[in-house]
Amino acid sequence: MLEILEYSFFTNALLAGVLASVVCGIIGSYIVVRQMVSVSGGIAHASFGGVGMGYWLGIDPLLGAFCFSGIAALCTGWLMMYARQQFDSLIGVIWAGGMAIGVVFIAITPGFAPDLFTYLFGNILLVTRTYLIIMGLLLFVVIAIVVVLYHRLLAVSFDQEYSQSQGLAFMALNLLMLLLIVIAIVILIRVVGIILVIALLSIPASTARQYAGSLHQMMIYAILIGIFCSTVGIWLSYLWNIPSGATIILVALVVYLLSILQKTLVLRRYRDIMRYRNDS
Amino acid sequence: MTRTSDEPGAITIEDPVILTENLSVSYEGHQVLEKVNLCVRKGDWYAIIGPNGGGKTTLIKAILGLISPGSGKIRVFGQDPKDVRERIGYVPQYQTFQYAFPIRVREVVFLGRMGRMKGLFQRYGAEDSRAVHEAMARMRIEHLADRSISTLSGGERQRTIIARALAGEPDLLLLDEPTVYVDDLSRDIFFSSLTRVRETCTVLLITHDISVVHAHVTKIACLNTRLFTHDSDQITDEMVAQSYGCPVDLITHGDIPHRVLERHNRKEADEC
Ligand SMILES: Nc1ncnc2c1ncn2[C@@H]1O[C@H](COP(=O)(O)OP(=O)(O)OP(=O)(O)O)[C@@H](O)[C@H]1O
Ligand SMILES: [Mg+2]
Repeated sequence: MLEILEYSFFTNALLAGVLASVVCGIIGSYIVVRQMVSVSGGIAHASFGGVGMGYWLGIDPLLGAFCFSGIAALCTGWLMMYARQQFDSLIGVIWAGGMAIGVVFIAITPGFAPDLFTYLFGNILLVTRTYLIIMGLLLFVVIAIVVVLYHRLLAVSFDQEYSQSQGLAFMALNLLMLLLIVIAIVILIRVVGIILVIALLSIPASTARQYAGSLHQMMIYAILIGIFCSTVGIWLSYLWNIPSGATIILVALVVYLLSILQKTLVLRRYRDIMRYRNDS
Repeated sequence: MTRTSDEPGAITIEDPVILTENLSVSYEGHQVLEKVNLCVRKGDWYAIIGPNGGGKTTLIKAILGLISPGSGKIRVFGQDPKDVRERIGYVPQYQTFQYAFPIRVREVVFLGRMGRMKGLFQRYGAEDSRAVHEAMARMRIEHLADRSISTLSGGERQRTIIARALAGEPDLLLLDEPTVYVDDLSRDIFFSSLTRVRETCTVLLITHDISVVHAHVTKIACLNTRLFTHDSDQITDEMVAQSYGCPVDLITHGDIPHRVLERHNRKEADEC
């Protein structure tokens, strides 16, 4: 069984899984508690426009994805301030608009687009050493920002109006939050692909939320759950020869469903005890 | 006796803590505050009463600099409200956060120290811990310190929010119906603990609870788009009728619960 570890692509994949889980644990927790899942989904899908542009210009599609999701994040920040009413539908516009631009770019690019599926659905088994180093550096930036600004980010996430009344630069902090989400998305595209990014960001964090009493605890639980799911997922995808990104997500979903089941069972048992007490 | 503004040109030793001049605010063409002249001095306990939709919360938000006035001037500690935010404690009328947020009571109270943090890299220190501890003791929530707020009752949550405001050791407290969800004991403890900071802290209180007004405040005004002020802590029937726009029954505390009705003459009202 262990001989597969000798293949460097496999250890690379496992390492990439761990790095991705740390990103997801931290940024995913913010996304879940701030109810920014659809916002992040919009930014992630809009990045497809950049992938298409990358093909068309002949540059690295991931660079294009970074630019497009950055622009999408800026638009989102602006909408958050000035268009609270139609916010939800405007996110849909960004979401679909980015995808459409990507499709058109790919259509007008001569020849066919290699690895298009890798960008859409990810393939963690193709992660190279260079890419791992870039991932690690970006992750380091994310962790540094979150550690230094933890209390400030907590303040604006928890109670926007109050932190504004205390003179916190909440707009700057919100934009920073969006930038962190963009970095997370770009890191994760290689792992699970544009379409499944949002699942990896939200599912382990949602599982962790059920057990955590504070935000940093939630992050730690989410990281551990993520590492478990990605390791099991990579292993299963290798074993059964099925796509790695989707397998990781499915494992995360199973864990999430089990946690819900466990929570409701605990709740039911508690109710039974209360009923028994009341009867006697 | 009721006037629509504070006496103009009164001689002052010190700058007022809050001063608004002809403050007007409107939302999408709908006038909410009209030419409000409010003057709160150091050490005042200033209560504002008024009907729903009268503009009380709007006034507080303008004083905090959360919304910008359509016209008129606001000065807090003689400065622009945005420059003195760390000296203001704020208890909002509605809990402006989600209950399900994973955060512990202690962490919420610590957020009250946030406004005092200078620079990006400053962290909470011993002084912050002391203030947080004191604020929690005052609101009797020390035993809840490590509980997640999603597990608290409504009143316990509200006491946490009040403790958050106290933790900042503010010079000015803006309280927007702070004790609506709070039981009588906690309410009394809250107000009497505030009495202890009376020398250092000025309070602007919005309330529908007239018994609180009678027991603690030094000045009172009614707000219904316009501000109707009065020098003393007496509520008169005229004031109430003017600001609510209709006769209102008020049941206040005292040895015998009594009512103030619009038809009462001035003398009777003063005897209350
Ligand atoms: N964001 C807003 N947009 C439009 N209108 C608003 C907004 N906020 C408040 N209003 C309106 O302004 C008026 C004053 O509101 P405000 O919240 O200041 O009242 P209040 O005196 O605090 O009332 P209450 O006793 O119910 O708390 C109301 O008529 C309300 O409908
Ligand atoms: Mg109000």
